[in-house]
Amino acid sequence: MAQQSRSGVAGYRRDDAEVHPPYLYPDYKGTRLRAPEKPLIILPHTLTEITGPVYGHEPVGSLDHDLTRQHKGEPLGERIIVHGRVLDGDGRPVRNSLVEIWQANATGRYIHQGDRHPAPLDPNFSGAGRCLTDDEGRYRFVTVKPGAYPWGNHYNAWRPAHIHFSLFGPAFATRLVTQMYFPGDPLFDQDPIFRSVRDPKARERLISSFDLEATEPEWALAYRFDIVLRGREATPTERNHK
Amino acid sequence: MTPEPRLEPTPSQTVGPFFHFALTEEDRSRLVALDHPRAVRIEGTVHDGAGEPVTDAMVEIWQANSNGRYAHPEDHRDELPLEEGFTGFGRCQTDTEGRFEFVTVKPGAVPGPDGLPQAPHIDVAIFARGLLRQVVTRIYFPDEEEANAADPVLTSIEDHDLRSTLTARGSQEGHLHFDINLQGEHQTVFFDV
Repeated sequence: MAQQSRSGVAGYRRDDAEVHPPYLYPDYKGTRLRAPEKPLIILPHTLTEITGPVYGHEPVGSLDHDLTRQHKGEPLGERIIVHGRVLDGDGRPVRNSLVEIWQANATGRYIHQGDRHPAPLDPNFSGAGRCLTDDEGRYRFVTVKPGAYPWGNHYNAWRPAHIHFSLFGPAFATRLVTQMYFPGDPLFDQDPIFRSVRDPKARERLISSFDLEATEPEWALAYRFDIVLRGREATPTERNHK
Repeated sequence: MTPEPRLEPTPSQTVGPFFHFALTEEDRSRLVALDHPRAVRIEGTVHDGAGEPVTDAMVEIWQANSNGRYAHPEDHRDELPLEEGFTGFGRCQTDTEGRFEFVTVKPGAVPGPDGLPQAPHIDVAIFARGLLRQVVTRIYFPDEEEANAADPVLTSIEDHDLRSTLTARGSQEGHLHFDINLQGEHQTVFFDV
């Protein structure tokens, strides 16, 4: 057993093929020239893949989680709370892990210089935030509800309102970048990025739920978005002890 | 053995074109200072299937330090010292010509599957508009011919030309070149992680 501990490491469970979108999803035009064509090579989870950047020691500012208090005044739009837990596939909290978010403002415009949507910028809103999960894997942001925006993928293409999320989890193998949507958005059916997740049940996991309990009276509606990263293999993947 | 209820993972979605103000505002492309005695500059260009530069990608790297030690609680090999200030993580946006650049050190060898050592390598993840999920590759080093020839991951790739896409090219001391081709005849090897 002692020998195993040196080189035999427990990897992460590989996700079912239907969980994530395929690289090539022609309805989303941007994938056509960027999706790899050659079959992927299976990478065993070695020490390189079961380790990853540790952010516990990073300074995260006390207001980094509140996108409504990063400027002189308050941003326009509907103030909301976005919160949830980051869990692994076995339901264990992912602790002390960096969560980064970014989004358009209430008019559907990003502060990014590449965004040409003719909707106004808000001098009181940048749209970027970050925080660390706590011991229960919880995170919480205060922001404004982002607007939908047109993006030119096809005639009259509009992105449903969404917030981008970037998560590390404990390992290089658990890295996840995703988007959170809002319940009941009428734009889902025409959005190829949302629809690129083929399994409808998996797609549902991208949609936050309205959370009356976490809604703060006279102040802000709350949405809950739990994020599940991969779980761990129970045993080392090493096979040389057989 | 205990039938724990398994939770289904959250699907991936593209990073989109407008991440810079949130993710790359802070420069994380230098893992060591330029004047570090063992500094290696690794630069390259990300290309799409038409050979055009991908000007809105984000490249992340993860690696061990020069002793082969990861700055991570699951690397228990205390006999290999950590290095103050070296996290092993880097992040760089591509520029208007699709170029990225990291300044780092060559990692030491690390253990691999079945107890075999792995040749020094850096894990790389590329995110971009049009990539619904990150693509993952590895950078190997051209001055490690012997270790590369025995590396369990490299040798698992039978096609020699394909395998060679994972080895950086060295033009001069301390300066390596590693292009990433997302598609096409010269597509880089990408891994299922």
